[in-house]
Amino acid sequence: MIRAGLTALLLAVAAPSLAVLPDEMLADPKLEARAREISKGLRCLVCRNENIDESNADLARDLRLLVRERLSAGDSDRQVVDYVVDRYGEYVLLSPTTKGANWLLWAAGPLMLLMGGGLAWVYLRGRARAPHPQDAALTEEEQERLRRILDQQDG
Amino acid sequence: MITELGHFALVLAFMAAIVQTILPMVGAQKRWPGWMAVAEPAATLQFLMTAFAFAALMYAFVTSDFSLKVVVENSHSAKPMLYKISGLWGNHEGSMLLWVLIVSLFGATAAWFGGGLPPGLKARVLSVQGAIGVAFYAFILFTSNPFLRLAVPPFDGQDLNPLLQDPGLAFHPPFLYLGYVGLSMSFSFAVAALIEGRVDAAWGRWVRPWTLAAWIFLTIGIALGSWWAYYELGWGGFWFWDPVENASFMPWLLAAALLHSAIVVEKREALKAWTILLAILAFGFSLIGTFIVRSGLLTSVHAFANDPERGVFILIILAVFTGGALMLFAARANAMEAKGVFGMVSRESALVVNNILLAVAAFVIFFGTLWPVAAEMGFGRKLSVGAPYFNAAFTPFMVVLGLILPAGAMLPWKRGRLGRTLWSLRYAFGLALALAALVWTLQSGRSALGPVGVFLGAWVVSGAVVDLWSRSGRGVNRFGRMARLPRADWGKALAHAGLGVTIFAIAGLTAWESEDIRVARLGESFAVAGFDLTLEKVEERRGPNYFSTMGTVRVMRDGRQVALLHPEKRVYPVAEMPTTEAAIDNGFTRDVYVVIGDAQADGGRTVRTYIKPFANWIWGGALMMALGGLLSLSDRRFRVAAGARKQAAKPVAAE
Repeated sequence: MIRAGLTALLLAVAAPSLAVLPDEMLADPKLEARAREISKGLRCLVCRNENIDESNADLARDLRLLVRERLSAGDSDRQVVDYVVDRYGEYVLLSPTTKGANWLLWAAGPLMLLMGGGLAWVYLRGRARAPHPQDAALTEEEQERLRRILDQQDG
Repeated sequence: MITELGHFALVLAFMAAIVQTILPMVGAQKRWPGWMAVAEPAATLQFLMTAFAFAALMYAFVTSDFSLKVVVENSHSAKPMLYKISGLWGNHEGSMLLWVLIVSLFGATAAWFGGGLPPGLKARVLSVQGAIGVAFYAFILFTSNPFLRLAVPPFDGQDLNPLLQDPGLAFHPPFLYLGYVGLSMSFSFAVAALIEGRVDAAWGRWVRPWTLAAWIFLTIGIALGSWWAYYELGWGGFWFWDPVENASFMPWLLAAALLHSAIVVEKREALKAWTILLAILAFGFSLIGTFIVRSGLLTSVHAFANDPERGVFILIILAVFTGGALMLFAARANAMEAKGVFGMVSRESALVVNNILLAVAAFVIFFGTLWPVAAEMGFGRKLSVGAPYFNAAFTPFMVVLGLILPAGAMLPWKRGRLGRTLWSLRYAFGLALALAALVWTLQSGRSALGPVGVFLGAWVVSGAVVDLWSRSGRGVNRFGRMARLPRADWGKALAHAGLGVTIFAIAGLTAWESEDIRVARLGESFAVAGFDLTLEKVEERRGPNYFSTMGTVRVMRDGRQVALLHPEKRVYPVAEMPTTEAAIDNGFTRDVYVVIGDAQADGGRTVRTYIKPFANWIWGGALMMALGGLLSLSDRRFRVAAGARKQAAKPVAAE
C-alpha cells in the first residue's frame, strides 16, 4: 500500500524533464545551432532567472518548440525574437533593448567610468602638484605621540 | 529546556550588545578609561552568549526536536547528520543566528587581539560593532525568532530543500557570511576613525587585515557556491548573474578595491577619504545583499526563504547604518586630507585605476540588478536584465584590469617610468603573445575568445612571476633571496596569478566546451569530442531520504577506460522535489560531465554529455587568490602591528 503510494508520488513529481530534449531538436544542425543561440537569450517566464534553453519547465519547452517552428518556417533570428516578444512582452528578453529609458542602463558603465576617470584625473593631478609635506616638521601633538610609542617599545 | 536556555542566552547577548554600544562610546568621548574598558568583557560576553544560543539551536537540529517550528520546517529525522547540522543555516531564522554569531565573533576577536590599538579607537570600533549587533539581535528576536515552539509537535519534519542537501552548499553560507560580516569590521574601523577625526597610515595598517580576512572568506564562499551550481544544477553552468550571486559579488569587488586602496593609505597617506568611503560602501553592499536575499524583492534561485516584512526591517538597518555613516563622512571630510605626493605615473596612480575599474564594475552590476525594479516602478515596464547584459557590460572591465595589472603591480611608488616597467615585462608579454598565437592556429574557425583568454591569463600569471623575480635584486643567489621575500610579496603574486588563472579558465571553458544531447540505448556507444561513452545500465536505488535512478556510463578514450560514471536522478519524497545529480570525471585539463534524463518510449534514455575544458581551473584560480590573501595576512608586519604590546613584553620572557 505504502509502496504503491510512493510510486504514484514518484511519478507525479518526476514529471519535469531536462532542458533541451533530443526529440525537440531540428535535423538541420545549422538551424538547430541558431535555435540554441536564440533560446539562450529568452527568459523562461515561470522560472527564476533561467533561459528557456536551460529550463526544465513545460512552458520553456513550448517556447523552444515555438522558436524551432518559426525557424523551420524560414524566419530570420530577428523575426523569431520579435514574434516571441510580441506575444510575451519584453520581459522575455534576457538582454534588454536600448529603447526608451533603457539607454541609461546600457550607458551606465561607460558613463560611470568617465565620471570616475575624470575625478581620478583631477585628484591625481592635484597630488602630483601638491607641495611636499615632508618639509614640515612634526607637530607638537605628533612629537608627543612619537615619544609615547618609543617609550612603549623600550619598556 | 536547552532551547529555552538558548533563547534566554540570545536575549542576554542582545543586552550585552546594547551595553557594548553605549558605555565604550560615551567613555571614549569623555575619556573615561573605566567606561571604555567595558567594551572588552561586553564583547566577550556577547560572543559567548550567542555561541551558546547557536549551540542550543544546533542541539535541537541534531536531536530532531520537532517541537521547534524551524526544525520542523527544515529538517527530517532520516536526513544525514551533516545536513541536519547545515539545515540550521539552510533557512532564514537559523542563518540570521549564524550572522549575529559571526558579528559577535569578529567583535570578540577585535577585543582579544586588538592590543596594539589606541584605547580610544578600540573602544569606538567595538561600540560600532556592538551597534551592528544590536540591530540584528532586534531583527532576530522581533521578526525571525528561531526558538519558537509549536503547541502540537508533528511526528516528523518537512525536510530541507534537497538542492541544499549537498556538501558544497553545507559550507557555502558560513564562508559567505564570514565574508559579509567581516566587512562590518572595516565599517566599524571607518566609522570609529570618522568619529575620532583621525585617519592616518596606522589606521590603514589596522583596517587592512580585517578587510583581507573578509575578502578571503568571500572568495572561498563565492567559489563554493559557483562550484555547487556547476555540479548540482545539471548543465554545468558556473555563474548565472542571478541577483543573489550579484549580491555577493558586489561586496567582493568593493572589498578587493578597499584592500588595494588601504595599501595607499598605509604606505603613502593618500586616498584616505576614498578608502573610508569604500569601507562604508563595502559593508553597505553586504547589507544590500542580505536585503535582496531576505526580502524577495528580486526573485531568484535563492528565494527559498523570503518575506517582505523582514525585508523592510533590513532596509531600515541598511538606511540607518549606511546613511548615518555617509553623513558622518560628509561632516568629517576635512579630517582626511591627503599627505603623500606622487606623480601621474606611479604605483599610487595604478592603484587608483584599479579602484575605479573594480568600483565601477561593482556599480554596473548594481545598476543591472536593480534596473528591473526601477523600470517597473518608474516607467511601468516589466523587463528582465539577464546574463547577456552582464556579460557584455562587466567583462570589458575585467579585460582592462587584466591588461594593466602586471604593469601597475610593478610600477614604483611616488614616481615611475612606464617605459622602464614595461621593458622589464617584455618576456612575459612575448610569452603571452606566443601562447595566444599558438592557440589561435590550433583552434579552427572558432571565436577570438579563447586566444584572448589565453593571452590575458598568461600575461597576468607571468607578470606575477616577473614581479617576484624583479624583487630578488641582482647578482648571485637570486632564488634564495626570492624565497626570503616578505610573505606579503608572495601573497600578492599568488593572488594576482590566481586571477589570471580564473580569467583564462572562464574564457577557455566558454570557448571550447563541447556538448552532446541524445537518446542513448543500453550498451550502445557514442562519441563526444574524442571520448567514447556507453550507457551500460540503469537501476533504481534507495538513499537515506530519497529514491534514485542511477545510470552507469563507461567513458573510454583510445580504447582505454577513463572513468565509470554514475549520473543520477533523485526524488526526495518528503520535499516532493526531483534533483539531478550529474556525474563528473574531474581531470586536470577537462571535465567529462554526464547527466541522465528520462526514459524514452523506445526504451532509450536521454543522456547529455559535456566536455568542459579547464573547468577546475576556475575554482583553482579562486583558491589561489584566497591562499594569496592568507599568505599576505600572515605577513610579519601585520603580526607586529597586532601584537605590539606582546613584543614589548618579550625581553622579560627571555630572561
